Amino acid sequence: MAGVIASIIDGVLVGAVYGLAAMGLTLIWGVMNVINLTHGAMIVLGMFGLYFLTSALGLPPYGAVPVTITVGFVFGVLVYWIAVHRVIGRAHLMSLLSTFAMNMVLIGLGTALFSTSPYNVPVPLPGVTWRGYTFTGTHIMAAVLALVIAGLLYLLLYRTRIGKAIRAVADNRDAAELNGIPTTQILSFAFGLGVALACVSGTLIATLFPFTVLSGGAYELKSFVVTVLGGLGNPAGALVGGVALGLIEGITTSFMPVSWTPIIEFVLFVVVLILFPRGIFAFSRA
Amino acid sequence: MTIKKLVLIAAAALLTASPALAADDMLTIGFTVSRTGKLNNDSTAQMRGFELWRDELNEQGGIKVGGKQYKVNFVSYDDESVNARVQQLYTRIINQDKAQFLFSPYSSGLAATAAIVSEQYGRIMLTTGAAEEKTYKLGNKNLFQVYSSADLYLAGAIAAVKELNPKSQVALVYKDDPFSKAVLQSARKQVSEAGLTTVLDEAYSPETTDFGPVINKIISAKADVLLGGGHYPDGATLARQLYDHKAGLKWVTLLVAPDSPNFATLGEAAIGVSVPSQWEPQVSFKPDFGPTAAEFTQRFQAKYGIEPGYHAAGGYTAGLLLQRAIEQAGSPEQAKVAGVLNSMDVTTMFGRTKFSTNPKEHGLQTGHEMVIAQWQRKGGNVVKEVIWPKSAKTSDILY
Repeated sequence: MAGVIASIIDGVLVGAVYGLAAMGLTLIWGVMNVINLTHGAMIVLGMFGLYFLTSALGLPPYGAVPVTITVGFVFGVLVYWIAVHRVIGRAHLMSLLSTFAMNMVLIGLGTALFSTSPYNVPVPLPGVTWRGYTFTGTHIMAAVLALVIAGLLYLLLYRTRIGKAIRAVADNRDAAELNGIPTTQILSFAFGLGVALACVSGTLIATLFPFTVLSGGAYELKSFVVTVLGGLGNPAGALVGGVALGLIEGITTSFMPVSWTPIIEFVLFVVVLILFPRGIFAFSRA
Repeated sequence: MTIKKLVLIAAAALLTASPALAADDMLTIGFTVSRTGKLNNDSTAQMRGFELWRDELNEQGGIKVGGKQYKVNFVSYDDESVNARVQQLYTRIINQDKAQFLFSPYSSGLAATAAIVSEQYGRIMLTTGAAEEKTYKLGNKNLFQVYSSADLYLAGAIAAVKELNPKSQVALVYKDDPFSKAVLQSARKQVSEAGLTTVLDEAYSPETTDFGPVINKIISAKADVLLGGGHYPDGATLARQLYDHKAGLKWVTLLVAPDSPNFATLGEAAIGVSVPSQWEPQVSFKPDFGPTAAEFTQRFQAKYGIEPGYHAAGGYTAGLLLQRAIEQAGSPEQAKVAGVLNSMDVTTMFGRTKFSTNPKEHGLQTGHEMVIAQWQRKGGNVVKEVIWPKSAKTSDILY
C-alpha cells in the first residue's frame, strides 16, 4: 500500500511538470489557434540551456530558470516572426506545416551539433524518504517551481493590462483590434510566452532525468494529451490535466505491468475526448 | 556536325572510357549508420571501428589477394535508426552501389531487417552490434555474427550474483524491444536454474521517460539485485533515478548503457553499476592476427580522442575477420569467402571467434565469451573495471 501512495505522490510531482510543459502549448493554441509543433524542440532547448548554463557558466541549476524563461521568450518571438506571423488566420494546415518545418530544422541542427548523445546534469538535492520510498529533492523542487510559474502566469493573464489584451485577442481578434489593441504585437508576445513556458519546463525536466536532442518528442506527446484533457487555451486546466496524467501514470504502474501505461493513458485520452470534446475544463474559450 | 552532337559524342566516349581509367582494384563494402535517431550514439562508435580498420588497411596497400591488392571502399548511408530506411538502403547498396560485402547496422532490430535483404540477394554480411539470436535461426546461408548472442549476456552476472549471495531477490526490469527481451528471456531461465528468487519481472515501453513508478515497484518487491535495462538513453535515466530514489540495491546490471564512456557523466549514480560487455580495452587475449586490445585502444584514442568501447571494437573486428577470410580464400568471390568464414576458429583482440555451421542457426557466434565491467571509484575518478570472469578481471567486485 505504501508503494501505491508513493507512486501517487511521485505521479503528482511529475505531473506538475507535465502541466507546465503543456501550458505553453495550450496558451498558443488558445490565443491564436496555432498548434505549435516546435513545442518539443523548445523543451529540448530548455534542457540544453540548463546543461550549458551549468557547465559552461557554472550557474547553480535553479539559477538557470530565469535565464531560460527570458531566452525562451526572445526565441519564441523570433520563431513567431519567422514561421507563424504569415500563417495566422489561414488554414490550420499551414500553421501545422510551418511549425513542423521549423521543428525539423531545429532538431536537425541539434543533431548535427550535439548528435543524439545523452547529456546529464547532476543536481544534488536531498530528498524526503518515507518508509523506504524516496521523493527526490529535484522532483519536489520542480513541482514547486512549476506551481510558482503557473501562479505567475495566472497573475500575468488576469491582473495585468497585457494579460487582459491577450485574453481579448484570444476571444475575438477583430474586436480587440477595433478597440485599439495592437494585436500583432500581442500575438507575438503570447507566442513568446508559450515558448518560454516550454523552455523552462525543459529546464526543470533536465534537473530530473538525462536527456538527448530527441527527448522533446515524448513530452510533446504528453503535452498534447494534457492540453486536450485540460481544455484548449486554459492554462489552469493544463496544470490540472498534467497532474491528472502524472497521477494516472503513477497509479497504473502500481497495479499492472509497466508496459500497459501508455495504453491506459491513450485509452483514457480517447474516452475523455468522446465524453468531453472540448476538454474537461473548457471554461475560457467560447 | 552541330556543337550539341559533338558534346554528346564526347560525353558518350568519356563514359565508356572511364572503366579503363580506374586505377586501384577496389572492394566495396556497404552498410548503414544511424547518423540520426536514437541509436546515433552507439552506431557512430561502431562506424568508427569500421573506419579505423579501413584507413589502416588502405595505408598498408589493401587486402592482398591472389597477387593483387584490393583497397577497401565504403558505401554507407544514414538509416535514421529506422527499419524502413534500412530495408530501402540495403537494397540500394546491393543493387545500385554494387557492394560486394556488407556489414550490419547497429542494433539487433535493424540488423534483422538488413539480414532479410542480404539473404535475398545472397550477399555475405558480417553482423556486429547485433546480439539477438532469432535472426540466425530463420535459415540463412551468409550471415556471420561477431558479437556473443543475447542469451549469454546476463549469464556471467547471474553466476556472480549467485556466488555473492545465493539467496538474492532478483528484479528483472527491461526495455520492451527485441534485443532486451531476447536477453531477458534467457536470463529468466538462468536465474531460476541458479536457484535465485525472481521478485519482479516487467518490461517498460521504449518511450518511458520517468522510471519513478517502476523503481517504487522494485522497492516494494524488496529486491536487492536488478538485471535489465535496454539501450543508452533509458539505461542512463534508470541508473540515475535508482540513485536518486535510494533504491538500496546491492547489485545492478544494466544492458549496453553503462558501457559507454558517457555514462561517467552520471557521477555518483554510476558507481557500482555493471554491464555485460562484449569487450573492454583491458582484455588480454593473444591475437592470431591483427592488433592486441591495447594497441587497438591506443590507435583509436589517437584518432578519435576517446577510449573505444565494445561497439567500436566489434566494428573493427568485423573488418579484420572479413579481411582475413578474403586473404585466406585467395579471392573475393562470395562462395570461397563464405567457405573460409564457415571453417574459421581464430582469436583476435576481441576474443575467440567461431561461427556456427549448423543450418538451423548458421552464423551464430559460438566461440566468444562476454565479460562484466563495473563502474568504480579509483583515485578520485569514476572508472570502468573488469570484474568477471575471474580469469580476466582487473578489479574486485563492488557489492
